[in-house]
Amino acid sequence: MSPTGTVGSGQFAPTPHDPDERGHFGPWGGRYMPEALIAAVDELSVFYEKARVDPEFLAEFARLLKDYANRPSLLTEAKKFSRHAGGARVFLKREDLNHTGSHKINNVLGQALLTKRMGKKRVIAETGAGQHGVATATACALMDLDCVVYMGEVDTERQALNVARMRLLGAEVIPVKTGSRTLKDAINEALRDWVANVDDTHYLLGTAAGPHPFPLLVRDFHRVIGIEARIQILEQIGRLPDVVAACVGGGSNAIGIFHGFIDDPAVRLVGLEPGGDGIDTDRHGATLTKGLPGSLHGAMSYVMQDEDGQITEAHSISAGLDYPGVGPEHSHLKDIGRAEYRPVTDAEAMEAFALLSRTEGIIPAIESSHALAGAMQIGRELGEDAVILVNLSGRGDKDMDTAVKWFGLGVEGETR
Amino acid sequence: MSRLDPVFDRCRAEGRAALIGYLPAGYPTVEGSKDTLRTMVDSGCDLVEVGLPFSDPVMDGPTIQVAAEQALRAGFRVRDLFGVVESVAAAGGKAVVMTYWNPVLRYGVERFARDLAAAGGLGLITPDLVPDEAADWIAASDEHDLDRIFLVAPSSTEERIDLTSKSSRGFLYATSVMGVTGARDVVSNLAPELVKRVREHTDMPVGVGLGVRSGAQAAELAAFADGVIVGSAFVTAAADSPAAVRALTEDLATGVRSAVAPA
Ligand SMILES: Cc1ncc(COP(=O)(O)O)c(C=O)c1O
Repeated sequence: MSPTGTVGSGQFAPTPHDPDERGHFGPWGGRYMPEALIAAVDELSVFYEKARVDPEFLAEFARLLKDYANRPSLLTEAKKFSRHAGGARVFLKREDLNHTGSHKINNVLGQALLTKRMGKKRVIAETGAGQHGVATATACALMDLDCVVYMGEVDTERQALNVARMRLLGAEVIPVKTGSRTLKDAINEALRDWVANVDDTHYLLGTAAGPHPFPLLVRDFHRVIGIEARIQILEQIGRLPDVVAACVGGGSNAIGIFHGFIDDPAVRLVGLEPGGDGIDTDRHGATLTKGLPGSLHGAMSYVMQDEDGQITEAHSISAGLDYPGVGPEHSHLKDIGRAEYRPVTDAEAMEAFALLSRTEGIIPAIESSHALAGAMQIGRELGEDAVILVNLSGRGDKDMDTAVKWFGLGVEGETR
Repeated sequence: MSRLDPVFDRCRAEGRAALIGYLPAGYPTVEGSKDTLRTMVDSGCDLVEVGLPFSDPVMDGPTIQVAAEQALRAGFRVRDLFGVVESVAAAGGKAVVMTYWNPVLRYGVERFARDLAAAGGLGLITPDLVPDEAADWIAASDEHDLDRIFLVAPSSTEERIDLTSKSSRGFLYATSVMGVTGARDVVSNLAPELVKRVREHTDMPVGVGLGVRSGAQAAELAAFADGVIVGSAFVTAAADSPAAVRALTEDLATGVRSAVAPA
């Protein structure tokens, strides 16, 4: 299987779903950002457009995915978990088995190669769960780039293991103490760094959001997920899934797997958003379900905001989904009805987290557990004839502290 | 004809640069910001920029971030902005608003332009809106006869400087450094070069900002810029006392009248 394919085909081929030249997906996307950074995103566009048709770049990227990141990732049928999903057949796209433990490595390797091509030697990144930070620190170690990761102080606490991993890999981790001290504020701080250091620094954005061309190129680096999964499910059961389910923070793992099936109208694409304490409370991060159009972090998209246009804080048990914005292509897919988005509460996600661990011996990331919870709901709606493909975007080792607190797994047997 | 032409014409006639002072509306309270802006107008600001506090000010350094946070925590609402602008006009001052784009979008671009014009505001500075995405704002500002102040940066290409000057009205805001707002010790050496490049594209006045905090720095900028923009230093002074605001304004006002060639 060679999903990255040849020039002009496969992962980097233009699609009918590409944004216009200035990065608009319908009314969404574009560049709502300071003039000082326009030159940098223009440069990135130029280098990306060259790279995506350059056989040398494509070969190097394909080699890294295969020999470094451990692709293709497996497709595993979750036969016992299926019981909890109305008997529907559930297939897991095992991004948790990638090097560094999540899908994030796909995008990071691609952007790190671009950084080299642009002749920049310093990389900055934001991170929520720490998975993007770890992947970035990893690629920087591999490719001899200086690495600075901004992480909200709240997240440095709940994902302490990943802070240690990043530091061990040689990255500098800067806890961000402003605003809600989570992912949104880490992005603000990274943007402030970028504007001051743009000459020698690439901002390695971790999700399919931000100004053009980030939503396009991050998506393309993750398209490998959907391309592989489509081939694998056809190999395994000889038919396409009825539903593809993925969690949506900024939207990178979802857009990557969705694109493998976007031209198959019979395949429902379902994004699962962090419902926190419930979307009728003010503690959630269900941007596409409850947000309003707005500009945040460089793009027009749905945004969680108050009536004055002040950005509101997201709340989710999952640090990687705790974000009041979303990538612009998802806003577009929602508007045109090609994808649907549903909230999953903290409690539902944690239930799925435990169930997959016990039924399949796979501990998922809490982010990915939202997709699993979605599959449980959808499976019950559709029944046992249904086939659901879940993007298992990452593994749950990083979430043990949260699990200990939630389930009372500590030595003291403390309960919640 | 721009709404700000009279301001720059008068300064030009006096052979000096304009002093442009920034303060977030609602800092530390709505009434407090009105008082500070009045002091700034009375003691020598030719133009004030009334900032709209925003939850995610990515172009601002710590001083203005903290001020915006404080204003929001004190309950500042977007509708309060127009009263603050009105108070500047009532005090005989000239005001433009500086705002991140999302609050304007949420308020409604057309409605925002209408209410700003009705309050006596003369235009809008938009740090995270580039002309490429500004079709609605260009239409609304034309409709309500408001100036449009877009930004140029040392990293802007000639094409972008050209596009930005053609899209602007009133003046062009040149950010003198690559970075966020915040007082700095030395005037950037990127500023003169940027202003020179801008002048090859337009006769429009050029205001230079980011980092200015003293009369001496203002004097250096006044040698090549039509306006000297000061933000964080006013926020710091406002936190201190009205006397500090007055003293800072007077120092800067002296500075813009004593242009010296940059060192
Ligand atoms: C395992 C995992 N899944 C999903 C996400 C959410 O990001 P995205 O929506 O961009 O896929 C994260 C982010 O940190 C993550 O670590």
